Order: sequence, then C-alpha cells, then structure tokens
Amino acid sequence: MISLQKISKFFNKGKTNEVTALNNISLQINEGEFVVVIGANGSGKTTLLNIIAGVEMPSLGKIEINGNDVTPLPEYKRSRWVARVFQNPNNGTAPDLTILDNFRLAALRTQRKNMTIGINAAFKKKVQEKISELGMGLENKINQPMGNLSGGQRQALTLLMSVMDDTNILLLDEPTAALDPKSALVVLKLADKLNKDLGMTTILITHNIKDAHQYGNRLIQLNEGKILRDINAEMKSRLSLPDIFEWFG
Amino acid sequence: MSQFYLTALQLSICLGPMALGIFITMKIFNIPDITTDGSYTLGAVVTAVLLSNHWPVLAVLPLCMIAGSVAGICTALIHTKLRIDALLAGILVMTGLYSVNLIILGRSNVPLINIHSIFNTLSIFNNDIYNQLFVALLIIIVLIFLLRYLLLTDFGIGMRATGNNPIMTKSMGINNDFIKIIGLAIANALTALSGFLVAQYQSFADINMGIGIVITGLGSVLIADALRIWMNVSNIGLQILFVLAGSLIFQLVLAFSLAMGIDPNFLKLVTALFVLFIVALPRVSSQLKRAS
Repeated sequence: MISLQKISKFFNKGKTNEVTALNNISLQINEGEFVVVIGANGSGKTTLLNIIAGVEMPSLGKIEINGNDVTPLPEYKRSRWVARVFQNPNNGTAPDLTILDNFRLAALRTQRKNMTIGINAAFKKKVQEKISELGMGLENKINQPMGNLSGGQRQALTLLMSVMDDTNILLLDEPTAALDPKSALVVLKLADKLNKDLGMTTILITHNIKDAHQYGNRLIQLNEGKILRDINAEMKSRLSLPDIFEWFG
Repeated sequence: MSQFYLTALQLSICLGPMALGIFITMKIFNIPDITTDGSYTLGAVVTAVLLSNHWPVLAVLPLCMIAGSVAGICTALIHTKLRIDALLAGILVMTGLYSVNLIILGRSNVPLINIHSIFNTLSIFNNDIYNQLFVALLIIIVLIFLLRYLLLTDFGIGMRATGNNPIMTKSMGINNDFIKIIGLAIANALTALSGFLVAQYQSFADINMGIGIVITGLGSVLIADALRIWMNVSNIGLQILFVLAGSLIFQLVLAFSLAMGIDPNFLKLVTALFVLFIVALPRVSSQLKRAS
C-alpha cells in the first residue's frame, strides 16, 4: 500500500520562478490497484511518480510504503518496494550489458549484489522461460547486448524485469510514449497481465485517453498539482470515452 | 629477440595492472580518472621506502595496493560527495600526491640496489631476464583471472551497469556513489601495483616517474577498444586480454622508436602522437568512408 500524506513539492522556492508542482496531495493506493493518472502537461503527474520513486524528495508531507515511512529514503533504497518503467525505453536497461546480465540485476533488485557469480544454468533457464512468455522470440538472444533491441522490445523486457524480484509496486511513466502502436499495445497488455496475475500495484501515467479508459481500475486526474478527480473502479467502468475527453475541454 | 623488445615486453606486463585500472575507470565506469600519475608514483615510493627498510616484498605488495586504493577513494569521495567533476577531482588528488610522495620518499630519487625484490624470488631459468619475465607473467595471469571473476559476479554486473546506465542502476537498488568509490579504489590499487613492479624492475623510484603515465594506460585501453570493435567482442575475459595486448603494442611502438634512433627526449612526444593517432584513426576512416 502506498500512502501519500499532505505532500507538497515546490521548485525554486522563494524565487520569482517558483513552481508548485504538487499542492498538499493526500492519496491512498491499495495493494493490487491499477491506478491510471491523467492530466495536462505541468499538472504534476511525473512529479507525483518521482516522489513515490524517491527521485524527488517532497518539500512537505510524508510517504509510506507498506507501512514503512520512506520519506527520507533515496531512490536506490526504495527499489526494495518499487520497480519502474521509464518514458525513454533506453533508461530502463543497460545497453552494453547482455539481456541476461540485465535480468540478473533485476532479480537482485531488493538484495545485495555479492561478489559471487549468480548466473548459472538454472537462472538462464528461468530468464528464458520468462522472456518466452512475451512471444517475441527473444529467449534465444539472452546473450546479446540489450542495445541491439528495439525500443518496444526493451520496454517490454524492462516491464518483465520488474517482476524478477519480489517488488510489488510498478510505476509506469508514459511507457508507450516513444513506441509504435503495436509495441505500445504489447507493453500495456503485459502491464495489465502483471497487475491481474501477480497483483502488482500499478500506477500508469498516460496522455492517451483511450488507454486511460481501457486500462486500470481507478482513474485520477491531476490539475495544477491537485487531485481534480478520483474515480473508483465501479464509476470508471461506467465512464465512456467521450466523458473523459470532456474533462480536458 | 633483441634486448629492446624483451624490455618492452617486460615493461608492458609491469604496466599492465595500471592499464587494467584505466580500463575499469574509463570503460567500466565511464569516469576519466587521472589520479593515476600520482597513485602510480605512490605505489613505487611506498615500495622503495619499505624495501630499503628491509620489509619482506610480500608484505610490501598489499601495503602499496592499499595506499593506491586510498588515493582512489579520495578522488571518488571528492567526485561523489562534493559533486566535483571527476577530471578535476583526479587532478586535485594527483597534485596533492606529489607532495605526499616526496614526503614519503624523503628525496627525489631512491635507488633499489642489492635488495630482495619480487623479481628475484624465483629462479627457474638460468637467465635472470627470463626469471623476471616469469614472475611478472605469473602476477598478471592471477590478475586476469581475479578481474574477470570480479566483473562476472553480481557485484561486477552492478559495476558495469553503473557506468553504462546510472538511471537504471538506481532503480535496481544500487548505490551508484558507493560502487564508484569501490571501483576507483580497485583501479588505483592496480595502478599502485604497477608502480610497485616498475620500481623493482628499473631498480629505483623517482618522484617524477609517474608524469604522463596515464597516457600510456589510456593508449592501451584505446588500442584495446579499437580491437574490441574491430573483432566485435563482448566477452569480458577477452576485453581484459586486449587491454594487456594494448599495453604491449604501446611499449613495442616506443621500443621501435628508440631502436630507430629517436632521441629519448622525444619519447613523450612520440607517446602523445601515437595516442592521437589511435584516437583519430576511427574518426578519420569513417569520414573517408562517408566521402567516398
């Protein structure tokens, strides 16, 4: 469970170009929820995600994850609970390392990286099985550098890497913005599957209203750093696409 | 084989650890660390002082590597904690080390004659030169295996990923600052090991022996990189061997220049021009390809 309590984030505090990215936001996200966050540019979506991931520290307020106060923890310590997929497909994986090496790191997301060799036959098999679920034929390329793959493939693998260890929160910051429609569909379907099959608590930021309508069981609209709308599963299922379009009218 | 080339081989092995240190900082971590000039001399200086005080050579070896790693940690702390550019951090530590080295050595040059050095611990061959070569080879082979092992471990994957994509490693629970500190410590310990070897090989330590040595390591790594791209190799063990091959090629070029009768005073110029040649070669050739 993620609990944001009275979170505010100011940039350039006290200067003429001060920006209030988040304005006293309180938000509870329950385990297994798939929350879709929409809002105009500058509404605070990415800041919200960055505050949860620990990329940005809140100016005011408190964050709890699974009952732990994580407010002062840096990003690398929050990886115990949080996995991320970035807008830029290049950010989620190390291009010069093999697919296998990338998956090895992901499998140790919540653990120490010891000075022992962890890649063995059993691990290779496990990675191949995981990757074959994608149906992209990448399971035979695990010794190739990640950089050889397309953006869509890398994004799908980044998503898959998020479930190699026992993190249970998945943050998706416009993961399909740089992808073609076909790859975008693969990535979102996979995210949906991970949420439904494994109960990953998922937060998806998107500018695509169709995706916001189709995926998730909770819809939040941000506006100028505040929560404008918070629609639960039942109400969301009754929303039509034109309804959501109207919010941006 | 002429004496020139045998010397080049021996020297290239002695400088091999330093080249591997530069490989770690430049290729693994993507940090331009030039603490090298200082930590190389530091290794030599610690070796000279302890050996002339009759310390056993096997105790001197770890001590000078620890000294080198401390120098690396200083650079890493300045870079990561004070957020100062790595290049500047390296220059600062290197400059400071000059005085430290001078204080440790007590004067600008200490000869190491009639001293039990690492190179006369074994006498398998009748020829001293071969014995020296054998000892150096033994050390470098152990080093190749250790470094290869380290880079293949889970920690090593973390090291390689940190240099490759620091955004990703943070989300994988890696403390990038900590891993860089460890990396620079290892790199400069290796550099100090080269100082340890060269001081005993040439039988003296000199306060100025490190000036420009970073270029030798850089050249070796650049040659290795050219080989890696040319042969399309991603295997870690081979990359390590390429760095050592780079070190050998570098020393052979210098030996060849000397054999051609080039004034030794021009050696640094030859070094700089050779490195320029290696750096410029891929760029020039790609431009020529585009033009044609």
